[in-house]
Amino acid sequence: MNWLFNNLDVIGSAIVAHLATALPAIVLSFVLSIPIGWLANRFRWSRGFLLTVCALLYAIPSLPLFIVLPLVIGTGLRDSINVVISMTIYGIALMARSTADGLASVDADVRQSATAMGFSPWSRFWRVELPLAGPVLLAGLRVVSVSTISLTTVGAVLGIESLGSLFTDGFQRNIPLEILTGIVLTIAMALVIDLLIVLLGRALMPWTRPVPAPSRAVPAAKDAVVA
Amino acid sequence: MNIFIAGIRWVLDPAHYGGINGIDTRTVQHLVITLVSLATAAAIAIPLGYLVGHTGRGRALAVAVSGGVRALPTLGFLILIALGVGVGFEAPYVALVVLGIPSILAGAYSGFEAIDRRTIDAARAVGMTEWQIVGKVEIPLGLPLLMGGLRLAALQIVATATLADYVGAGGLGHFIFLGLQTSDYPQMLAGSLVVIVLAIISEILFSILQKLVVPAGVAGGRLNDVRVKSSRSRAALG
Repeated sequence: MNWLFNNLDVIGSAIVAHLATALPAIVLSFVLSIPIGWLANRFRWSRGFLLTVCALLYAIPSLPLFIVLPLVIGTGLRDSINVVISMTIYGIALMARSTADGLASVDADVRQSATAMGFSPWSRFWRVELPLAGPVLLAGLRVVSVSTISLTTVGAVLGIESLGSLFTDGFQRNIPLEILTGIVLTIAMALVIDLLIVLLGRALMPWTRPVPAPSRAVPAAKDAVVA
Repeated sequence: MNIFIAGIRWVLDPAHYGGINGIDTRTVQHLVITLVSLATAAAIAIPLGYLVGHTGRGRALAVAVSGGVRALPTLGFLILIALGVGVGFEAPYVALVVLGIPSILAGAYSGFEAIDRRTIDAARAVGMTEWQIVGKVEIPLGLPLLMGGLRLAALQIVATATLADYVGAGGLGHFIFLGLQTSDYPQMLAGSLVVIVLAIISEILFSILQKLVVPAGVAGGRLNDVRVKSSRSRAALG
């Protein structure tokens, strides 16, 4: 236990670095997936096309992406911005499908009623369609946040600081406790952020009952049966 | 962009083939780690998922386990096991099996759950035994979703197997970590590109498989669009 008490500053800095990488990625993927989800439902061709692109992006393994991305955007190999952007790409790949499904699930009669009541297309989207799609977006966001927080650790093998740094350092110095601390803190962070997202969802969508845990079914599952 | 070309040259250079550090040898290692882990994960998760899906019992537990494992950082888990059992194949094997289980488990039980209850009641009504219902109704109808789960697991495993070499188990990650130590960017890039190609091949193979396993009767009568249609014409939409 000595290691733990002597290295509280190391742990603290790893937590801060991890949050600074994962949180922007989670927020960005949520925000950016809204226009993509809208576009997916806007045209007949766009849904299949955009969701295929997302599936392809998701297929790029994370460590290779951390290495290829700096070449494309001209950052350094150990720049944490690479991880933020990579995680945002994965987040969008998962989230855009949820957003598209959520927006598509809004009953067409409701949309027509909103138009009939005088909503402009812009305000109808933000004040009717998006809130009604909320529960589906929330379920998607929960999956994105858990996987982002867990994947962010991988950057540590390249020397990008995060809770994963506790793994690589613990491995080099043979301190199992350090690795265990990293694992526990990563899971704890995923749970806390998940809880915050759920509470935020309840606060923003008081008309919904508490949302059941997101069905962790495979993203491509729906296509298999329906498409 | 020059480095990109250097990376592709590195992959194509005949000097980098053959021997223990050849791209071919490392690719085979990578595929063996991937396939063995995927097969083990499937052997554990499919029967469990079928049991949960058929009986409807333990669903909450299955969901909780799948969700909990998803939060587990594979890199940390892998390293922790490696400190216990030593460097080599065992640590990545265990970590990758654990990584693959949630997706396959979810695919297996959701495949059973997605079946219309009336279909199963009908099967029971025509006198099928429970085993016949499982073997002749639930498994064939659940195959597309199971295949979706296997597809996701294969993708995750083939991608994460890159980390296996961090604990000395070989595979394509070798080029990445060796390149990292020697600041040899083309080599890192070469390893990365081969892994990306493998991941894309895995996706393509499984998406074909996923279409092939849809039973003929289901394929004939399936829906084409998930969107909710308006009951009226769209003329009123702004």
